[in-house]
Amino acid sequence: MKEFLEGSLAVAEIVKRCKPGVISAYPITPQTHIVEELANFVAEGELAAQVVNVESEHSAASVVLGASATGVRAYTATSSQGLFYMQEVVFNIAGMRLPVVMTCANRAVSAPINIWNDQQDSVSLRDSGWIQLFAEDLQETVDLHLMAFRIAEDKSMMVPVMVCMDGFSLTHGIETVDIPAQEQVDKFLPSYKPLYKLDVENPMTLGPLVDPEYYMEARYALQQTLNSALDLIPKVAGEFAKIVGRKYNGLVEGYHLEDAEKVIVAMGAVCGTVKEAIDEFRAKGKKIGLLKIVSYRPFPAQQIYDLLKDVSKVAVLDRALSLGSYAPLAAEVKAAFFGKKKQPQVISSFIVGLGGRDITKGSIREMLRLLTTKELNCEFIDLKPELVKEQYE
Amino acid sequence: MFGPLTSKPGTSKRNKTGSWRIESKPKFLQKNCIACKMCILVCPEACITGEQKNTYICDYSYCKGCSNCAVICPKQDIEMIPEDSKE
Amino acid sequence: MSKHLFTSGHTACSGCGQSMAARLVIDTAGPNTIVANNTGCLEVFSTKYPESSWEVPFVHSLFENCAAVASGVEAALKYLGTKDKINVIAQAGDGGTADIGLQALSGMLERGHDILYVCYDNEAYMNTGVQRSGLTPFDTSTSTTPVGIKSTGNVRPKKLMPEIANAHAIAYVATASVAFPMDIQRKVKKAISLKGAKYIQIHVPCPLGWRYEPRLTVEVAKLAVETGLYPLFEYENGILVAKRQIKPRPVEEYLKVQGRFKHLLNNQEELKKIQAIADANIMKYGLKQEAAAAS
Repeated sequence: MKEFLEGSLAVAEIVKRCKPGVISAYPITPQTHIVEELANFVAEGELAAQVVNVESEHSAASVVLGASATGVRAYTATSSQGLFYMQEVVFNIAGMRLPVVMTCANRAVSAPINIWNDQQDSVSLRDSGWIQLFAEDLQETVDLHLMAFRIAEDKSMMVPVMVCMDGFSLTHGIETVDIPAQEQVDKFLPSYKPLYKLDVENPMTLGPLVDPEYYMEARYALQQTLNSALDLIPKVAGEFAKIVGRKYNGLVEGYHLEDAEKVIVAMGAVCGTVKEAIDEFRAKGKKIGLLKIVSYRPFPAQQIYDLLKDVSKVAVLDRALSLGSYAPLAAEVKAAFFGKKKQPQVISSFIVGLGGRDITKGSIREMLRLLTTKELNCEFIDLKPELVKEQYE
Repeated sequence: MFGPLTSKPGTSKRNKTGSWRIESKPKFLQKNCIACKMCILVCPEACITGEQKNTYICDYSYCKGCSNCAVICPKQDIEMIPEDSKE
Repeated sequence: MSKHLFTSGHTACSGCGQSMAARLVIDTAGPNTIVANNTGCLEVFSTKYPESSWEVPFVHSLFENCAAVASGVEAALKYLGTKDKINVIAQAGDGGTADIGLQALSGMLERGHDILYVCYDNEAYMNTGVQRSGLTPFDTSTSTTPVGIKSTGNVRPKKLMPEIANAHAIAYVATASVAFPMDIQRKVKKAISLKGAKYIQIHVPCPLGWRYEPRLTVEVAKLAVETGLYPLFEYENGILVAKRQIKPRPVEEYLKVQGRFKHLLNNQEELKKIQAIADANIMKYGLKQEAAAAS
């Protein structure tokens, strides 16, 4: 049924239908509306979950860890500093192979403190062992959440999934969305049957001390599992299409790639703006396309290669930095072509929209203007030169 | 695929820590024992067993020789003897 | 019954007080118990993969989060409808409890989860090599509070952790000691019989970190109680309901058997300060046996 909903409420609606047994979170802008709405559902008896209102994100992540280890579907949501405060638990959940699902309402990180949107938070945790899926709009946000539980709990997977939605533009934006009906959700996502759990009938020790004899194999196994998600995610998306009707690839999405001479690579809500800009270029006969990365982890290098190998110029749009080095997404897109037969003539890297700086169609046009045969690295778009010049005296 | 890493219950019993003992081991004299169980209660290795008076024994394959059983025994019915004695 | 829920073959040091207490706690709680454990000696010496000393479901996550992990376990059991049949124990050392884990513990206590939290207090970070913690006593020599020309050891007295727990208005708070194993059993039994959050702090001497002969673990623990330096008491719903009364012995008797206090023995000034701590405990909790009862 189609509804006109705020993004956070749409997420709460789909999470409710996924029937988590334990929800734990700590308030942080712009994640709050999601958890508030879930608390409402529980208060009204619409959702039979235990809500644990913790004293920090570190504990929120630890509570869902404990709940998941006890064999119960568990959900949390956070953002920015909250995700960073969770960080060691985030790595721990993945290493313990617990299929927790988290929403990250993407927000800039401090300092300077800034509550607005970029993607530095989840991008910084790319090495944590979580699958990271980035949504473009509310419909995709809703659908990715449903797929996230299914992917996480797949017997071959047992890894956590982070659904990343841009703060404010998606969390507080209002759009028409179709929330899958409960019957569809139940059909697509059966109740969670853990492979291992804390159980007094069958006691086992979880989270043991592992010495050099075994550690590397455990990490290797996690790496292999994440890589194998490149096969699983499109499969799950296929089953989602069968039951819910909407089609996704789950890893990447192309927009006017067929004949594109210049392609923008981007993740998240900015893809909407990029598509609008492309429509305008196309109307003028300019062959511009978009490659949207949905799955940042695992990184779909082969798919990127296949889709961009014949493109002449590629602009990678990053909304995060790896300070002192290449932009994170750009570095990996480039790596996808290293040593391969074909590659674009140029792959330039652009930094846009940090800390909530608006990304307009003008920003996109400027990027494309700069996308020439001269390769650019970490080219900041929409900088204010007068501020950059300012100095401490 | 390897992992998640879980261990089965009580499997540390494979690890025979009795080899840690250097100097002495407890000898349960079984003469004046009143079955107060204090030795069982304090044994850090959980390796003392016994129910009735004068039936208490210790599993040397785990005993690390800490002597707390001998110290706590109210009847001095546990004696620390040299590790290499035949008893 | 000789079957223990914490089994032989763990790799704790000989005479380890924590391994005595951990076994007493889990044997008393029984098989229908799930344990969440912080990083620390206990976790390291009892769960080295692929072995485990635990006969009950056991989870270790991080150094500071066992109270929150246990909260998640408890919430999950409530969701599953099995909480009434299963005990949840969160346990940690003194550093994991009073320092790095204090926030998670405070959250767990304040939210009133039906969990027994056990702090095994060996008064320093033993697992990393005897660095001082918030529960290290005044004037203790540790690897980060060494004794020197300008130092008599740790500069602050122990944090009043049981009082902090009690300030959360929870069902039960108690201190215990491996010197009194049956008292530990009684307190654990009582704690798990009560609904809500419970906190027990057990004094567990560490031969290595305290520098005494392993055979003296129980004796050293007893002296801590009998000098008034480790008062044993129980709070129920915030009210002091019981304490172990003593015929106070001078603190030197406790200090002189441990290498960590050796530097104090000829230092009357410092000894006076430590005696004052014991005297204050005795006064505060009413530990002194009445003359009639003492005879």
